[in-house]
Amino acid sequence: MKNKTLNYSNIILLLVLFFAFTLSCERDLSEEVEFATFSNSAEIFIDAPIGLGTDFYFPFFGSKATAWTVDESQGYESNASMRFDVPNANDPLGGYAGAIFRVDGAGRDLTGYDALTFWGKASQGVTIGELGFGQDFVDNKYQVNASNVSFGTNWVKYIIPIPDSSKLIEERGMFWYSAGTEQTGGLGYTFWIDDLQFEKLGTVGSPRPEIFNGNDEDSQTFIGATAFPIGHSVTFNLPTGFDQTVFLTPSYFDWTSSNPSVVSIDETGFNTALSPGEATITATLAGVQATGSLTSTVLGNFDSAPTPTQNQADVISIFSDAYINIPVDYYNGYFAPFQTTQGQDDIFINGDNVINYIDLNFVAIGTFLDVGSVNATEMTHIHIDINVQEAIDSGDFINIQLINSVGNNEASGTVPISGTELSAYNWVGFDIPLADFGLASRSELGLIFFISDATISNIFVDNVYYYKE
Amino acid sequence: MNKTITYKLKEKTLLFMSFLLVAVLVISSCSTDETQTVATFTELVWQDEFDTDGSPDPANWGYEIGTGINGWGNNELQYYTDRTENATVQNGILIITAKEEQFGGASYTSARLLTRDKIEQAYGRFEARIKVPAGSGVWPAFWMLGADCDEVGWPQCGEIDIMEYRRQEPTSVSGSIHGPGYSGETNPQGQITKSYDLENDRFDASFHVFGIEWGPDYINYYVDDVLYNQITPADLKITPDDGSGELAEWVFNKPFYIILNLAIGGAFPGPPNAEEVFPQRMLVDYVRVYKQSNN
Repeated sequence: MKNKTLNYSNIILLLVLFFAFTLSCERDLSEEVEFATFSNSAEIFIDAPIGLGTDFYFPFFGSKATAWTVDESQGYESNASMRFDVPNANDPLGGYAGAIFRVDGAGRDLTGYDALTFWGKASQGVTIGELGFGQDFVDNKYQVNASNVSFGTNWVKYIIPIPDSSKLIEERGMFWYSAGTEQTGGLGYTFWIDDLQFEKLGTVGSPRPEIFNGNDEDSQTFIGATAFPIGHSVTFNLPTGFDQTVFLTPSYFDWTSSNPSVVSIDETGFNTALSPGEATITATLAGVQATGSLTSTVLGNFDSAPTPTQNQADVISIFSDAYINIPVDYYNGYFAPFQTTQGQDDIFINGDNVINYIDLNFVAIGTFLDVGSVNATEMTHIHIDINVQEAIDSGDFINIQLINSVGNNEASGTVPISGTELSAYNWVGFDIPLADFGLASRSELGLIFFISDATISNIFVDNVYYYKE
Repeated sequence: MNKTITYKLKEKTLLFMSFLLVAVLVISSCSTDETQTVATFTELVWQDEFDTDGSPDPANWGYEIGTGINGWGNNELQYYTDRTENATVQNGILIITAKEEQFGGASYTSARLLTRDKIEQAYGRFEARIKVPAGSGVWPAFWMLGADCDEVGWPQCGEIDIMEYRRQEPTSVSGSIHGPGYSGETNPQGQITKSYDLENDRFDASFHVFGIEWGPDYINYYVDDVLYNQITPADLKITPDDGSGELAEWVFNKPFYIILNLAIGGAFPGPPNAEEVFPQRMLVDYVRVYKQSNN
């Protein structure tokens, strides 16, 4: 009988092995794989930093690096907290406060939590620009933040929901913040945060994700064009009954293209137009369908503008992939209230950036606000390539206008381009002598206008540069 | 699945609880077992498991239609219909759908189902398994009115609210009674009410069982396996206080009928947020009525 029993257990063992083998034949991960497990500790700062290691505070560029300290005089139901002294806007050591708190070492397993929580207060009523987690200065793949978080002068508990914690198997970005003085007239203030930790609340619910700002968008594009999705967020309902919206990186979503052979999309949301046709991009967040979509019509191969041939040394380039461009304020100033023009440097195809202005009446490229104006005294011409994306009627025009010394005894000069000089769906290059603009000086050029008065409403623009012959 | 029962009860209720020892196994149609130890009435006398797709069974359910008077007395925003767009049975679930649409002068439509003249009973255990919608400005309710409301009027006929919910308190539901002297329309309000709070969970996340067990001189309220309140005639303080020291009239000694509805707006939840998404849906897995089986 003893032997028989042994036999039975052997058979059972064999059966167990058989089933184990059979069940594993889906070619998932081998059963011998053991997932690396990371610390699932929740606490980040409870009266002192917890488990962050030694080198964990990394200020943002241009921020005041000493803004964060541990305040040993007050805390939430304790005697210590994190203190953030937001500097005056004109502080020479940095005009705002902002940093990431990154674990010095391996990341944490946050899959068991559903929110980052903390208690906070400020020296005055103020809104803190951004508070979140998931920023690690490596690829910031799972970055999250709440914006314009209202702080009062007494301790309040805050909840920043985790959009999908199943993604966070090893996260180093425990916390990040950015706070300025836009709403305090440039004057600094202090805020405190305590009991900063991840929690499994269970009471954060009804997620409402959206992509493309919740709209069903349409676009036309060309083979080789690449883009990232825009306008994504998710709104949760908190246990207090109030909604909390957080902004998040596209990697939290599961992206789908209705026609991957037309437009492919990867897990980070990076999408590429591959062949002519139509494809719609949608997404889910932790299994919940996001509102909004983007339907792209891929028209075919993009006909790039001819590559310019002037030497870099003879060129001041505003917008061209052939040259090193000078910094600009914008490629579309969106001037209110009369400008209708939309679009800017939206098209990126096989290394070629192209401006697409749509609903054009007028638009300008600016170089006078935060960047230096252009001294084109030595230059003789301005070059512009234009490709009109519609039929051209008699009487259509695009006037090119240059403004020198914007807002300070400014002067303007205009050169008209008539419709007969343009060609529908074809690139036409213009080399306009700067003398034709009739400007007394061109040492402080600040604006390049394209003015069609809506006679022409959809154009591609490329290779905008000044040069000397 | 024996869960620890957390009693949040007064002493007298605990005395009463001493003979509530019969565990009743409730098997839901969605295969999650709930072990009920809070109810003793076990003789099932009526049920609707919503097993037939289409319109709710007309043998069980009628409808209120329209906008009532003053939005059903609460400034509610919906027009109630008997269309399947607003109330239908699919896959074993009654779905009450609130839609945002212009209809009969209202901006929303929804449904209010009731068993008036069909299923009316005095005393017993009334229980439903419900998932409330996850939206602002909606007001799902499982409740009862005295069958003589048309003759004697409200609040004399009595009202038993088994479950009311609003998004302002996503972890909480309330159970209440309204009657003469405690209608809820005075200041202070006066209805006899108590909330039940989920811990580490919220009601819009999943189905929950809401029920009362109602005898001649008590109404017990429970959610899932937690008995959270008992109301007796001794609780009926007149509001506002008339100085007499007398208690108000206990009107819960006659047949009542069942109501399931999903209101929009009204004083309790307030209007939906501007960005609220519709449709919003209240899901009902079953409604069951039991009586005491000691006869």
